[in-house]
Amino acid sequence: MHIIQKIGLGIFVIALALFTLSLGMGKYQLSADSIDISKEYHKKEILEKAKANGLLDKRYESNFTFISDLKKTLKDAQQSLEEKAKNGIPEGVYEWDFRMGNTKDYMFGVVKSASVGPIAQNPMRWFMLTFGLGILGGLLYILPKFISLPGIKNNGIYHNSLTRGLQFNIRSIFLGLTIAGTIIYGIFYMNHNLLWPAITTAMVGLISWLVFFRQGSKENNPQRSASPDITGWLGVLTGVYLIGFYILLYWMPEYITSWVLMVNPLSLSLSGNGASQWFLYGTLYTIIVLVMGIRMMSKYRHNMYQVVRTCSVMFFQTAIAFLLPEILVRLNQPYYDFKNIWPLNYSFFFDYNLDTLTSSGSLGLFMLVWGLALMIIGVPLFTYFFGKRWYCSWVCGCGGLAETMGDPYRQLSDKSLRAWKYERYIIHGVLLFAVVMTLMVLYTYFTGNYQVLIFNSDSVRTWYGFLIGSAFAGVVGTGFYPLMGNRTWCRFGCPLAGYIGLVQRFKSRFRITTNGNQCISCGNCSTYCEMGIDVRAYAQKGQDIVRSSCVGCGVCSAVCPRGVLRLENSSIDVDTRTDALRALHIKDGEVTLMQ
Amino acid sequence: MHIAIIGNGISGITAARFIRKLSDHKITVISAETDYFFSRTAIMYAYMGHMRKEDLKPYEDWFWKKNRIDLKRGFVSKIDSQNKSLIFKDNSNMTYDKLIIACGSTPNKFGWPGQDLDRVQGMYSMQDLDGMEEASKDLKHAVIVGGGLIGIEMAEMFHSRHIPTTFLVREKLYWNMVLPEAESKMVSRHIIESGINLQLETELKEIIDDGTGKACAAITNKGERIDCQFVGLTAGVHPNIGFIKESAPEIEVGRGILVNEQLETSVKDIYAIGDCAQLRNPNEGRRPIEAVWYTGKMMGETVAYTVCGQPQNYNPSIWFNSAKFVDIEYQVYGTVLAKAPEDHVSIYWEHPEGRKSIRIVYDKNTSEILGFNLMGVRYRHEVCEKWLKEKASVETVLQNLGIANFDPEFYKEYEEEVVKIYNKQTGKNLQLKQKRSLTAALKFLRNAVGV
Repeated sequence: MHIIQKIGLGIFVIALALFTLSLGMGKYQLSADSIDISKEYHKKEILEKAKANGLLDKRYESNFTFISDLKKTLKDAQQSLEEKAKNGIPEGVYEWDFRMGNTKDYMFGVVKSASVGPIAQNPMRWFMLTFGLGILGGLLYILPKFISLPGIKNNGIYHNSLTRGLQFNIRSIFLGLTIAGTIIYGIFYMNHNLLWPAITTAMVGLISWLVFFRQGSKENNPQRSASPDITGWLGVLTGVYLIGFYILLYWMPEYITSWVLMVNPLSLSLSGNGASQWFLYGTLYTIIVLVMGIRMMSKYRHNMYQVVRTCSVMFFQTAIAFLLPEILVRLNQPYYDFKNIWPLNYSFFFDYNLDTLTSSGSLGLFMLVWGLALMIIGVPLFTYFFGKRWYCSWVCGCGGLAETMGDPYRQLSDKSLRAWKYERYIIHGVLLFAVVMTLMVLYTYFTGNYQVLIFNSDSVRTWYGFLIGSAFAGVVGTGFYPLMGNRTWCRFGCPLAGYIGLVQRFKSRFRITTNGNQCISCGNCSTYCEMGIDVRAYAQKGQDIVRSSCVGCGVCSAVCPRGVLRLENSSIDVDTRTDALRALHIKDGEVTLMQ
Repeated sequence: MHIAIIGNGISGITAARFIRKLSDHKITVISAETDYFFSRTAIMYAYMGHMRKEDLKPYEDWFWKKNRIDLKRGFVSKIDSQNKSLIFKDNSNMTYDKLIIACGSTPNKFGWPGQDLDRVQGMYSMQDLDGMEEASKDLKHAVIVGGGLIGIEMAEMFHSRHIPTTFLVREKLYWNMVLPEAESKMVSRHIIESGINLQLETELKEIIDDGTGKACAAITNKGERIDCQFVGLTAGVHPNIGFIKESAPEIEVGRGILVNEQLETSVKDIYAIGDCAQLRNPNEGRRPIEAVWYTGKMMGETVAYTVCGQPQNYNPSIWFNSAKFVDIEYQVYGTVLAKAPEDHVSIYWEHPEGRKSIRIVYDKNTSEILGFNLMGVRYRHEVCEKWLKEKASVETVLQNLGIANFDPEFYKEYEEEVVKIYNKQTGKNLQLKQKRSLTAALKFLRNAVGV
């Protein structure tokens, strides 16, 4: 390793350590001036209870004690409001609004506004110490890679504790714990409503049964799923860190106010508003896509397809997903990500979004029409011409992160036939769930009736947001990078990928061409396929590859040592793309291309 | 009928797979090397940490049971062709109705003193991979002998682990008995720029014992002593027929097991395919033993038809091959000779950076296209093959050269440069009519004549 790279790695580790430790550095003091609650009747009540509980103006050195005291205070305030509601409510206030429905709504804002520690006093300094140093360290580590000769550099990936993956049994334990943990937490999340956790458990059971018994996968011991004997513990540690990050981000943001404070100045300068946890996430996300995008380009700089594609995901993440929505907010327009498409953007048809868009003048209406047009016309049309890649590996934010930060983990996708069977049930199951959920939500939107058959459309959409939007797309989607590869969400969960995949499979000019008989079955293509496609299985028999899951990242073609694979489009054989076997075959005493 | 196949490499396995496609015969594949078929060409990637060992297996383990192909681990010590029986090292036996021998090659050794020491080996089998892995633990310097395709792979392997490597090549340039000089120079240059110590015109004279039976130094013909803890012998391979000679003298052998056009040996119901087979009457311009992946695959398929009662002659058609020299990919289609006869004319373009080139060879008298040699550029197999089969004229090829291009999208196309060089050489004014395009390539392949 180059000396500059070592220094870079050192700086990055310091930055990461500071970033992590900063969570424990917050000091908290709730004062009447700083508390940030717009509803006067709630603010008054909370301040009263805070005073009664001795919370007001008391300095806390630890977020745990502050948050637990604050929880009690908010609960007290809620109870008190319930009592008061019985004796009548102030003029012009809805009863449901007066009663503080969910105390969690105030938790994050109050904790953030009560922060008085070093980070709150000097957020820019801490931003530079964590984000800044992290970027610097990362770049110092990455840039020297441009010096080496261009070419495929996968040396030592399976010797590295970070990237070698984990043993099948340990992976099973992680998966099992994640599914069980999600469902159990889901019961609390749904306020002890057991219906949806129970349905989900039944679906998990059903899919497992289908794969194991109906599809006869039980005896097919998937030995290629994971490492046989060794586990990369550094990778496992990274996975656990990422999973922890997402749990805090989605469900306990009050514990990460230190991080949010660091990006507060940036948020103020972009949109004029203070930062939320989502702004923190967007900032981190964009920085990672940019820095790791540079890494991607250093690795594949001899391959123009990879260079252009990486520039594309970096552009769409930075300009369209991150900056543009913030600027729109600054201009008093709705927050809108122009490249996000239903059903990945599952809240597109939610009442609040439809209301915002229809009440925001012509730009709002344009956004509504744009979103519908992308979904109904854009997806089939672009997919017909270019394949799924036009979105999944060129535009999409999830794809962008997977192709940049996730690139070191692409080899960890499961290539077994069993995994493919799981994939088909799960991704199409999620697509179906998204469609049904959206139809229910729209039914409610147009009729005002929340009850659809035996289901409550509000709880359906809450559960979808929790299970698919947060747990699957976030916690598993990114947290599982070092455990099951960088496209776990895209492959098994993303309903939009499911939708685009159907178009790609049945009506598209796109395919990966196999070059005659040149394949030597080495398996680099399959190993580095992030979608777990056993590319070699097709290439070695001379068949072109048409798979609904292929995101067209082009890495199979890049790592092929014999020049066998090429991503390409043609209109003249759309319906017969998979028919021809290109390998030389013996027939009637003559070598021909087998028909 | 029971068909036994000795050897689970690409030839034997291809034979087994096609026999299963064509029939319901009982199939047993025997190997002393591994339980399951693996890609021999990919051994290097397991060592370099690109892939895990289990990724070398092209089929999941359940595949064999599902396709009723029995796998047997064992070493055949004797073939009793009279009683149609195989006798294994552990004295067990197995009867067969038809036998296919696909037992591969073994590395050449040329009687060097010390060639049988510990830490001296080739790179061919799974055991060789394990040997290299074992030797790498305290390896400070490796010496590789022999300038062929395996030698450079071995050098790249050690280089990937930052183990200093000296690569001894007998010839004036790397692989110059196969590659034309310009390409040979390019690869030699690339080996050196990659950080491998390439010593041209240098041969191994002796390997020194460290006193415990392990290699500790190599002495070259120039008298230089290179201290090392590993010597790789990669001076080619020869058919692995030692056990045939001893156990079944009735099977006629030359350098390999002699077979006719239908891959039958001199003994009825015994066939030989792949690296171990030697064709009595090879096609014109082809060698009797071709130890490459692709011919093994084609032989496996041919023999499957023959043993299933649809006899086929082995016809490997137009020569093609490929390799990768560290970072430079190589593809060849047709006839491109290292020492071209007078009537073979080359159009040769090389990128200024010296890591890409295109060579097109045609017949001076008839203008027929003869071959394509590509370095760092990918060409379509079927398109080149069709041109070669049709004996297309070089000018037809050049004007449509774009349809042969198989480089990824957004890659620069160099076909125009190639045409320019032809124009310069001949004083003509040819224009490139067709750029890279799948549609144009498919149209060309589907039409019986011309573009």
